Amino acid sequence: MEYKISNRLRLTAIILMVVGAIGVSYSFYTSHVTFEEVENMLANESHHGGSNGHGETENHQADETSSHDTHAAVDAHGEDKHAVGNSHEVVDEHTKHVNHVMHAMHNRPWSAFYIAAFFFMMISLGVLAFYAIQYASQAGWSPLLLRVMEGITAYLFPGALILLAIAVASGTIGHYNIFVWMDPDVVAHDKLIQGKTGWLNIWGFAIRGLIFIGGWSLYRYFSRKFSIAQDKADDNKNFKKTFRISAAFLVFFIYTESMMSWDWIMSVDPHWFSTLFGWYVFAGMMVCAVTTIAFIALYLKTKGLLPKVNDSHFHDLAKFMFAFSIFWTYLWFSQFMLIWYSNIPEEVTYFVTRIEDYKLPFFGMLAMNFIFPLLLLMNSDYKRIPWFIVMTGIVILAGHYIDVFNMIMPATVGDQWYIGVPEICSMLFFAGLFIFIVFTALSKAPLTPTRNPFVKESEHFHY
Amino acid sequence: MEASKVIHAIYNDDDVLLAAVKKVKAERHHIEEIYTPFPVHGLDKAMGLAPTRIAIAAFMYGCVGLAVATLMMNFIMIEDWPQNIGGKPSFSYLENMPAFVPIMFELTVFFAAHLMVITFYLRSRMWPFKKAENPDPRTTDDHFLMEIPIHGNEKELQDLLSQTGAVEINVVDNAH
Repeated sequence: MEYKISNRLRLTAIILMVVGAIGVSYSFYTSHVTFEEVENMLANESHHGGSNGHGETENHQADETSSHDTHAAVDAHGEDKHAVGNSHEVVDEHTKHVNHVMHAMHNRPWSAFYIAAFFFMMISLGVLAFYAIQYASQAGWSPLLLRVMEGITAYLFPGALILLAIAVASGTIGHYNIFVWMDPDVVAHDKLIQGKTGWLNIWGFAIRGLIFIGGWSLYRYFSRKFSIAQDKADDNKNFKKTFRISAAFLVFFIYTESMMSWDWIMSVDPHWFSTLFGWYVFAGMMVCAVTTIAFIALYLKTKGLLPKVNDSHFHDLAKFMFAFSIFWTYLWFSQFMLIWYSNIPEEVTYFVTRIEDYKLPFFGMLAMNFIFPLLLLMNSDYKRIPWFIVMTGIVILAGHYIDVFNMIMPATVGDQWYIGVPEICSMLFFAGLFIFIVFTALSKAPLTPTRNPFVKESEHFHY
Repeated sequence: MEASKVIHAIYNDDDVLLAAVKKVKAERHHIEEIYTPFPVHGLDKAMGLAPTRIAIAAFMYGCVGLAVATLMMNFIMIEDWPQNIGGKPSFSYLENMPAFVPIMFELTVFFAAHLMVITFYLRSRMWPFKKAENPDPRTTDDHFLMEIPIHGNEKELQDLLSQTGAVEINVVDNAH
């Protein structure tokens, strides 16, 4: 079935991008607050109401200790001055605090933009891995959905390049707004980061990023090419080729995905590390990927463009949403419990910051990503009901956005976070771009891979 | 009321059996029981059996397991003998909760799984040392047996079943 992107959808995508771009520029423009402005703002905050002000101060103190990790250089500097004298210390603490808050406010639009870019990039990357799994396992149920997946992975190349560009720009034209290790001043005062400069340096970061993106995009380019060639072929040669490159890609993917998660996410807290972080990011990525496949397939199905996709296919997608949600929770908990239990200062600071300053998103995300899908998708019959899939899917996607938010924001903006114009408009911008690229790609090839050797099995797929 | 005479139709392929079940049901005959060497996918739906409620039972058993784990750990680790492990707060269940999650999870699974099996046995009226009800030992190997009660329609049923591809049709008198 041929698909043409409707004018209404294209217009929606363009409006989303324009509104998003305006909001993002506005938030970048307004984030340039000066030292005096921040000082005034903080003074106003602490003068308002006695009990409230007290809470604020406590919060700031907590923040000071908990973000010790990222701002160790500044802190170490501060500790030196402790010895000098008490009056000195008060002045220094104040300046340091105002500077800290000011820097956090400068970081906010960068981080918000970066989070949104990452969120949509990880959806298409997850779909690409899911797609490769279908080929490598020679799955019989899914060939009817392969073209939908190919449409989504079209976003990977531009999306990942933009993401890498934002990351590099933050360390070159920006003021090290996302990755503190890009700041030579911080590194000069930080023994721990100095020990990691072999990996954490901006050239290595950029080159590694390009290798990751290059490898993923090559696989996506050739698998798409073979998939379309297979439509007109009279043997299964193209399918076999895709089978082989899919297996190779999956090996490449699991290494690069893990390294990508260290580079693009974990290094925002350069002192902290977790050995299962790559898996954790992967699990979240896969939930979002499967949810997005289900959404776009449902959309095309209601337009009558995927007539052979039946509710058993959606049942399977919903099973994957359910299963990967639980897998994500398992990894989240495995990471959390070990760190919580061992209570080693350099590790536990990660969760201390999040529980003290991000209580609502931190625990709210657990409810959204675990309890909600667990209870809603547990019943077998509910997995076949489209509005159930959509409702759960929206909560899952929102929950995993907050998950990425929780991974980046505490390191960059500390307690100066809020879901406001920068965050929402960044999401709108990338949502528009994502819709535009994905649906344009969907219109480039027939939506049913007619000559796929497993397509008959998929058409008769029945639970 | 149980019919005194039943007919046993034996098949040697699960797909043939499934098609036969659909045909027999379409002719509006009651199928008393089917004996198979392995679970045949979709057989319960074809026979028109009511959907199983074991999933609901499993959910409730899981909840019981979760409750037992919570109460047990609360008694052992908080009330009866609080222990200081790694400096964790030992007088509050909630603050210690992450340490108990693996136990809560395991007991949830344990209760759901074991009670589900026991429920299944009870519901199927099976217990240790019970004599097998299986009318033909070949159904534990490679044959499928369909049992239909006869209400004075022996000839009609025999014709119908031989059409469906049964390899053997026996009339059995239950009145011993």
